Amino acid sequence: MSQIFHPSTNTISKVTLLGAVFFLAALLWVFGVIVRSPYVTEANVVRQQPVPFSHKHHVAGLGIECRYCHTTVETSAFAGMPSTKTCMTCHSQIWVDAPILEPVRASYRTDQSIEWTRVNDLPDFAYFNHSIHVKKGIGCETCHGPVDDMALAWRANSLNMEWCLDCHRDPARYVRPRDKVFEIGYKPAEDQRVLGERLMKEYAIDTQRAVLMNCSTCHR
Amino acid sequence: MSQVDVPQAPHDPHHHPPVIAPGHTYASVTDKISTIVLTEPVSRGWIVGFAISFLLTMMLLYAITYLLVKGTGIWGINVPVAWGFAIINFVWWIGIGHAGTLISAILLLLHQEWRTSINRFAEAMTLFAVACAGLFPLIHMGRPWLFYWLLPYPNTMQLWPQFRSPLVWDVFAVSTYATVSLLFWYVGLIPDLATLRDRSHRRSGRLIYGALALGWRGSARHWFRYQTAYLLLAALATPLVVSVHTVVSFDFAISILPGWHTTIFPPYFVAGAIYSGFAMVLTLALPLRKFYGLEDFITMRHINNMAKIMLATGLIVAYGYLMELFIGFYSGSIFESAAMRNRLFGPYAPFFWALILCNVLTPQLLWSKRIRTNVLILFFISLVVNAGMWLERFVIVITSLHRDFLPSSWAMYYPTRWDWATYIGTIGLFLALLFLFIRLLPMISIFEMRELVTPHAKSNGMQAARSLDRGDDAHE
Repeated sequence: MSQIFHPSTNTISKVTLLGAVFFLAALLWVFGVIVRSPYVTEANVVRQQPVPFSHKHHVAGLGIECRYCHTTVETSAFAGMPSTKTCMTCHSQIWVDAPILEPVRASYRTDQSIEWTRVNDLPDFAYFNHSIHVKKGIGCETCHGPVDDMALAWRANSLNMEWCLDCHRDPARYVRPRDKVFEIGYKPAEDQRVLGERLMKEYAIDTQRAVLMNCSTCHR
Repeated sequence: MSQVDVPQAPHDPHHHPPVIAPGHTYASVTDKISTIVLTEPVSRGWIVGFAISFLLTMMLLYAITYLLVKGTGIWGINVPVAWGFAIINFVWWIGIGHAGTLISAILLLLHQEWRTSINRFAEAMTLFAVACAGLFPLIHMGRPWLFYWLLPYPNTMQLWPQFRSPLVWDVFAVSTYATVSLLFWYVGLIPDLATLRDRSHRRSGRLIYGALALGWRGSARHWFRYQTAYLLLAALATPLVVSVHTVVSFDFAISILPGWHTTIFPPYFVAGAIYSGFAMVLTLALPLRKFYGLEDFITMRHINNMAKIMLATGLIVAYGYLMELFIGFYSGSIFESAAMRNRLFGPYAPFFWALILCNVLTPQLLWSKRIRTNVLILFFISLVVNAGMWLERFVIVITSLHRDFLPSSWAMYYPTRWDWATYIGTIGLFLALLFLFIRLLPMISIFEMRELVTPHAKSNGMQAARSLDRGDDAHE
């Protein structure tokens, strides 16, 4: 009986069997990369807004502080979106005829809110509270990135759970003095590890991670 | 299995009936088994049987599709009985698989040469039963498409599965079991696939069986490595016979529910698994043997042995039932004894008494050798035991769940038509896979049967010697 297979089949089958291991490993790796990519997490993706509001202009250019618009960040879970009246405190005086601001004026006239596109949005099953983070010395830019550089806002981080846990596991790497929370471009005056450990004690941050790493802290 | 290891004692003093009928030679064994796959035309019975089981498989797909669209609300489950048919069927199927592993691994290591003619399709049965079993926990999840959350992998939530939960142990136990069973089955097939490659008259057959045979030429080095690998796999599979159903029983025993929270569950589940597995092997072997004329290979000795194992494991299971009831009352816990009273006299009592009839009383017939060797009655008993083992899981899952500590949360469980469609559908899937298996692969291990010819050939005299001279088998 003649041979069914060409001698090269030996090599092909060995390469296939060995290659399958690498192929599967590569497949897993690609999956891991995709779920962490901006395509899925929407991190670093600039969002279009009904009015092209520039944080860069208002924060870096004019020096308006975060809390001027996000008024409830120290007292409630939600940082707060400014009402149209907040915009109009200035824009009833300056740029009053700018066509780009027409939706703002329309909103003021009709009493209909501007529908901003939400940039940082956690899923509803995760409980997040801004006030406690501010109170314990987590700076705005730690999560929201260089807002003073955002002509249009983007999400600076993935908001994946592993990203939350990265800090919850060891907050000392990020904690800053309370009076520096709203500062952008903050640099610690001393070694961050030493400062962080000290501030954690001072601010009574859960050093045992009993609360920080508990499921029901965020999933209530 | 190995040529070296075969006990060289053909005429043992106990006068066992032979494990292969006299008069067989290497050639006749190979012919008999391989022609079923290669040359025999597809019989009408096969077509009808396959058509029915294929239709049932389609029903299963329909039921699962509807489930994915609507969610688990189409089933009869609700609080307090959140584990309905899905878990009953899971435990039932996974238990059935155990006989295959016992036959192929433990009986191999114990040199029980009578296992040879039944191990191949018992292993196939294991694989198909595990496939049916694995389906149920998956579709029982609310969102089956997230099944991979059960596996430990570096996910974006930075979460491991809950390793303290027996449900996660289940994932590992069952996936290990499926992997080892598949490997064991496939490795066992390799020399036979080479036989089919060499005997196939069609190019497609030669190519497919040839590719699957992985270049097997039957050289001495091949056999040496093969036997090492096969024994290693057998040793790997051996603990699985005990571990898998132990872990399945932990799903119940680790909880604190009266009727579940008992230490007897692991051994009694393992015995029950082997019991139901052998019942299923008999259910399959008896018709196969008849329709394909395999009486020479699956002899009365096999059937008698399997019936004895069924009787023995059946008695262990009966002891388990007795102890469950006894400890329920002896514990002094009102919840435990209430659970047992509810089992005996509650709304689901008919299921319990049917279970006793099927699993405890009926197998007592097997004490009689006349019944153990009566194929028809034995087939009937094996069906009864299969049903009984399903009832056992029904009683365990439903009667314990439907009345727990708080009477205000008591409720009844009624399966819906979707529960039934899924359950019967998996029986269809199981049978459809088996029908394909007996047409496409040798249902009895050819090369291991040939090894049995040698010690038994001495009594066959000249015939065997002639066939040895001819060197019937090119690749051995």
